[in-house]
Amino acid sequence: MSNRVTNILVPLISVILGLIVGAIIMLVSGYNPISGYTALWNGIFGDLYTIGETLRQITPYLLAGLAVAFAFRAGLFNIGVEGQLIVGWFAAAYVGLAVELPKIIHLPLAILAAAAAGALWGFVPGLLKAKFQVHEVIVTIMMNYIALHVTNALIKTVSDGGDRTDKIFSSASLRSEFFQNLTEFSRLHYGILLALIMVAVMWIILEKTTLGYELKAVGFNHNASKYAGMNVNKNIILAMVISGAFAGLAGAMEALGTFEYVSSKGGFTGIGFDGIAVALLGMNTPLGVIFGATLFGSLKYGALNMPNAAGIPLEIVEIVIAVIIFFVASGYIIRLLLLRAANKKKEAK
Amino acid sequence: MSFIEVLYFIIPSAIFYAAPLILVAIGGVFSEKSGVVNIGLEGLMVIGAFTGILFNLFFADTFGGATPWLALVAAMVAALLLSLLHAVASISFRADQVVSGVAINLLAIALSLYLVKKIFGKGQTDFITERFSRYSVPVLSDIPFIGDLFFKSIYNTSFFAIGVAVFAWFVIYKTPFGLRLRAVGEHPMAADTMGINVTKMRYIAVMISGALAGIGGAIYAQTISNDFGHATINGQGFMALAAMIFGKWHPLGAMGAALFFGLAQSLSIAGSRIPIISEVPSVILLILPYVLTILALAGFIGKANAPKANGKPYIKGQR
Repeated sequence: MSNRVTNILVPLISVILGLIVGAIIMLVSGYNPISGYTALWNGIFGDLYTIGETLRQITPYLLAGLAVAFAFRAGLFNIGVEGQLIVGWFAAAYVGLAVELPKIIHLPLAILAAAAAGALWGFVPGLLKAKFQVHEVIVTIMMNYIALHVTNALIKTVSDGGDRTDKIFSSASLRSEFFQNLTEFSRLHYGILLALIMVAVMWIILEKTTLGYELKAVGFNHNASKYAGMNVNKNIILAMVISGAFAGLAGAMEALGTFEYVSSKGGFTGIGFDGIAVALLGMNTPLGVIFGATLFGSLKYGALNMPNAAGIPLEIVEIVIAVIIFFVASGYIIRLLLLRAANKKKEAK
Repeated sequence: MSFIEVLYFIIPSAIFYAAPLILVAIGGVFSEKSGVVNIGLEGLMVIGAFTGILFNLFFADTFGGATPWLALVAAMVAALLLSLLHAVASISFRADQVVSGVAINLLAIALSLYLVKKIFGKGQTDFITERFSRYSVPVLSDIPFIGDLFFKSIYNTSFFAIGVAVFAWFVIYKTPFGLRLRAVGEHPMAADTMGINVTKMRYIAVMISGALAGIGGAIYAQTISNDFGHATINGQGFMALAAMIFGKWHPLGAMGAALFFGLAQSLSIAGSRIPIISEVPSVILLILPYVLTILALAGFIGKANAPKANGKPYIKGQR
């Protein structure tokens, strides 16, 4: 069996196993898995409105997945997508409501602010990794909490002690009348186009530029890259900055498209952590991220229909997602089993 | 409030908040000393908190005053079982340990909320009735000043946590088991050559970390929140992880860091009643533990060195 085929088979098998585990849990806890999954399916594809909302949910997942995947390609594990998303969300909303400008300037400005905030949040762990060899996983986790508390405090200041800011000016909004009319007034917005453009941007950076070549080289073996004359430290910082910018854009999707405001949070949004799942499932490739984001975004939105339609707690979908991550992470064992199965076939012939 | 009154108020409260952090951080020390990164501490704590509250609610009538302690045992078992999943994935299946830990976190919160909704029909449990009792140490609490500060109406669980930390130090640094544990985390191949079963040691270490994280979660739930919902643990596990690093992977260091973070937490909650502290924006106190951890890692507060083989699966025969 070729490597390429196993690379595609491992995520597929993981998804199927995850859904089976979900079904077993539903069965054991006294629910009907068929009606559960039917409710899930209808929650994703039920009518034009739900399809629009599903696409809307996929949008930040695309960008969060890109953020994780991009860092992974440079050998870095960015668990900080969640925090970078939160600061991006705040930055975009702040720019969106602080000034009123013509749309052609305002919207790009708000989007850039989000990317810059996320990039800054990614820059810190990148710098620490490059200069002090501090492991990025711990720093990014800590940065997540710093982001959460700092933005909550800032939201309080901006909204005069309230829990959420005012709505942004329509000149900074990504909302789209065209999409709304198409999908029975769902909140689907132009962000999805931006996200898809970013997928292409990541592909171009990785496959068509010197920067991407160097990043990948550093990811494979940073000693060899150094020996070949590449500036490893610069590449590590750049990888985290670009990854953070993608994550910040994911925040902009929420700030300028879905909600049009930012509210203080008791906990994380979860999009950043799900981004890890998206990237893993997509094998850290731009195209794979589209696949992963579509799957997890759909599952996440479709799950909202499960309590009403089937009386099943929507957490079942989170369990399925966690199990899928487990199986993808344990890809080694799936590969081994696939290899054994293939060998047996050969012997039988 | 005078300075002494502030101390009487804030020190017991800091110890109170630190107890669960100490236990979970010690759990992290065991796992990481053996070379297995355990980001899943948060999730293990969640399962511990959930199981503890559930046990307490269901068996309070049967066991009366002993319920909270028995709930700790139940929580320990539940978290230990969940940690086995992390062990199997990261030791036997050679999964990325950080990814597996992330999956543990997602799974724990999802599974416990799923069950809460199934059992209670709402997003959080009822409040428990049997709680840990406060306790004054007989002779020591009569010592002026120190007695009031450290030994008067303290939760038993705080003594328990500090006892576990000291015991962990003894086990890791003074016993053959501890030597093997550290060897496996520093240089698994050398340890394997000397006849130590690397896989077995790592399994044991991860299970200890699960057990302690479960107890820590149950203590947190039964002393601080008294019920279980989606925001009960909310980052305590990650704070314990931070304490472990800030304590430089040393049990007593982790305990010290946990006490310090407990102080920061209690200040951020109760600080508004204390002069000077009330002038400091609460956000500073909220982010202090995390900022300090980053500074510690960057070497501004002494160099923190992780065990050498931390995070790497051991593959026999591979150099």
